[in-house]
Amino acid sequence: MREITFAQATLEAMEEEMTRDERVFVMGEDIARQGGIFGQFKGLPQKFGLDRVKDTPISETAIVGAGVGAALGGMRPVVDMHFADFMGVAMDELFNQMAKIHFMFGGQRPVPVVVRAPDGLTNQAAAQHSQSIEAWFLHIPGLKVVIPSNPADAKGLLKSAIRDDNPVIYFEHKRLFPVKGPVPDGEVLVPIGKAAVTKPGKDITIVSYSYTMRVVMDAVSILEKDGIDPEVIDLRTISPIDKDTILNSVAKTRKLAIAHEAVKQGGVGAEIAAIVAEEGLDYLDAPVLRFGAPFTPVPFARTLEAAYRVKAEDIYSGIRALF
Amino acid sequence: MVGWDEELLCRFYRTMVTIRFFEQTVEKHFLAGEIPGFVHLYIGEEAIATGVCANLTTDDYIASTHRGHGHSIAKGADVSRMMAEIFGRKTGYCKGKGGSMHIADFSVGMLGANGVVGGSLPLATGAALAAKMLRQKRVAVAFFGDGASNRGTFHESANLASVWKLPVIFLCENNQYASTTPYRSSTSVEDIADRARGYGMPGVIVDGNDVFAVYEAAKAAVERARGGGGPSLVEAKTYRIKGHFVGDPELYRSKEEVQEIFAKTDPISRFERQVSSEGSLSREKLDSIKLEVQELIDKALAFAKESPEPDPSELFSDVYA
Ligand SMILES: Cc1ncc(C[n+]2csc(CCOP(=O)(O)OP(=O)(O)O)c2C)c(N)n1
Repeated sequence: MREITFAQATLEAMEEEMTRDERVFVMGEDIARQGGIFGQFKGLPQKFGLDRVKDTPISETAIVGAGVGAALGGMRPVVDMHFADFMGVAMDELFNQMAKIHFMFGGQRPVPVVVRAPDGLTNQAAAQHSQSIEAWFLHIPGLKVVIPSNPADAKGLLKSAIRDDNPVIYFEHKRLFPVKGPVPDGEVLVPIGKAAVTKPGKDITIVSYSYTMRVVMDAVSILEKDGIDPEVIDLRTISPIDKDTILNSVAKTRKLAIAHEAVKQGGVGAEIAAIVAEEGLDYLDAPVLRFGAPFTPVPFARTLEAAYRVKAEDIYSGIRALF
Repeated sequence: MVGWDEELLCRFYRTMVTIRFFEQTVEKHFLAGEIPGFVHLYIGEEAIATGVCANLTTDDYIASTHRGHGHSIAKGADVSRMMAEIFGRKTGYCKGKGGSMHIADFSVGMLGANGVVGGSLPLATGAALAAKMLRQKRVAVAFFGDGASNRGTFHESANLASVWKLPVIFLCENNQYASTTPYRSSTSVEDIADRARGYGMPGVIVDGNDVFAVYEAAKAAVERARGGGGPSLVEAKTYRIKGHFVGDPELYRSKEEVQEIFAKTDPISRFERQVSSEGSLSREKLDSIKLEVQELIDKALAFAKESPEPDPSELFSDVYA
């Protein structure tokens, strides 16, 4: 299978969906002339014109709000947030308008908007350009939230998100953009709401997503040397959460660890731990392990950022201690 | 009025009276404890929704505010389904999930009332963007208050609509108050229409209590939008006769002041004076319209009261499409 980068995979998804459906368009800051900061929109304006690949003013509220209005008017907008951190500027549009219109108006019209939000630690970008804020959106009914960890899922989830009639927030980790991986030719659709068991195993279930999947896999290779065989689940969608895949796995392995880059407090890991406590407590032979960032804003200095980051060694030693 | 089509005059009157009677009914039943939640009345501002929406077809869009009953009625929504929604009934526009602040009727281009002040502006802007991209001749109108004009949504939407030349009309209803705060103490410009200049679009001021003036001003803005000329800002000056919400103790103004102003500004009695002094519509015609509307509202009320409340299982429908 050919290998392409995560950025190229999202670009292919956009190209294919914009070709398939004329109502699909994209808008955001500096996406057309610059091709996106991470190259994720390169070439789209040449192919589809500046009418369907729109550079906007720096107006996050209007970008998301007009995206929602355009969806109500019959289009299928993809809006780019530049950095996930700036979603706060458009928060009302995200959680009071986009998420609720379908329910509040009695299901009269769907709101097919995709919000692309590059998140995560990269390049010592400090407190306002590095956050992992996916948990905010886990708490809002009406939204779907997807978060791929590799190029194939990046393509497949973006295509599914664009075709979904619901508002979908698509988090894409900035450090994944240059990462290469195998992506099948032709149609790749990854179902929203379905986690992937990326490595079967029997000794412990490790649930993760996004860039941290790579960290987890590094930890797994050390654990395997010690004769521990973890099962690894890539969530891919964090809302709705694929409870079944998690619970089935924990029933088999009887242990659970969750790892993500976002702060541990109030995070996706907390939700998964709670689900297993509620619905699968009897499966557990050990306390649930959670790996996440400390409860502090993202720091700048190299040493501090390194201390903030969840590392493979942390995951390894945390899990090793259970055996 | 001389030169005005009789059918249009009747339409103006029917719409304004429907809004007035609808709201008086809602007020009465709210005060009787039969309607839950919040209700914000539009009484005294009827000429604005009426004059604006008379320029629109059901293909055109409007996005409304927390004070949205008048906009919905003027855009052609069914008063029975509106009433049922306000009563929280299953037969309401939103199956009882929205209430007074969230009435929508997408079938007539009414994209919803909004519980968030200033929420209408980017939504209408986006609907106008869709119309432009789909090469439809539709226009979108965002209704919003003087208070909302201080929100970022106004400024961002106005700028975006202007640089993209979108077919949208920003229709500010300046009723002199944002909740308890008078216009003068919250807004930096003499007239909100002045703000249009900052965004490169025409800004006009119109007497919002005069349905003819509103109709003409909106007509020019709609024609400009439909013709590809881009957005406009129209500021309709009016006065909020009722409290901010039903039950507002109104400590910020006197009852006398309100009565005195209403005597001068009431758009419905003003319309009656205008048409009867010129003999454009007979007293009998006006009375027969009133009777017809009263029947309609009575039916709406009965429909709402007889309708069942939603089943609790409905909680889980419509969360996702
Ligand atoms: C963003 C937001 N802030 C505050 C409120 C509370 N609130 C509801 S209506 C209102 C006043 C709005 O004034 P204006 O926009 O002039 O409209 P009017 O009520 O006069 O029609 C306020 C402050 C709200 N609903 N939304």
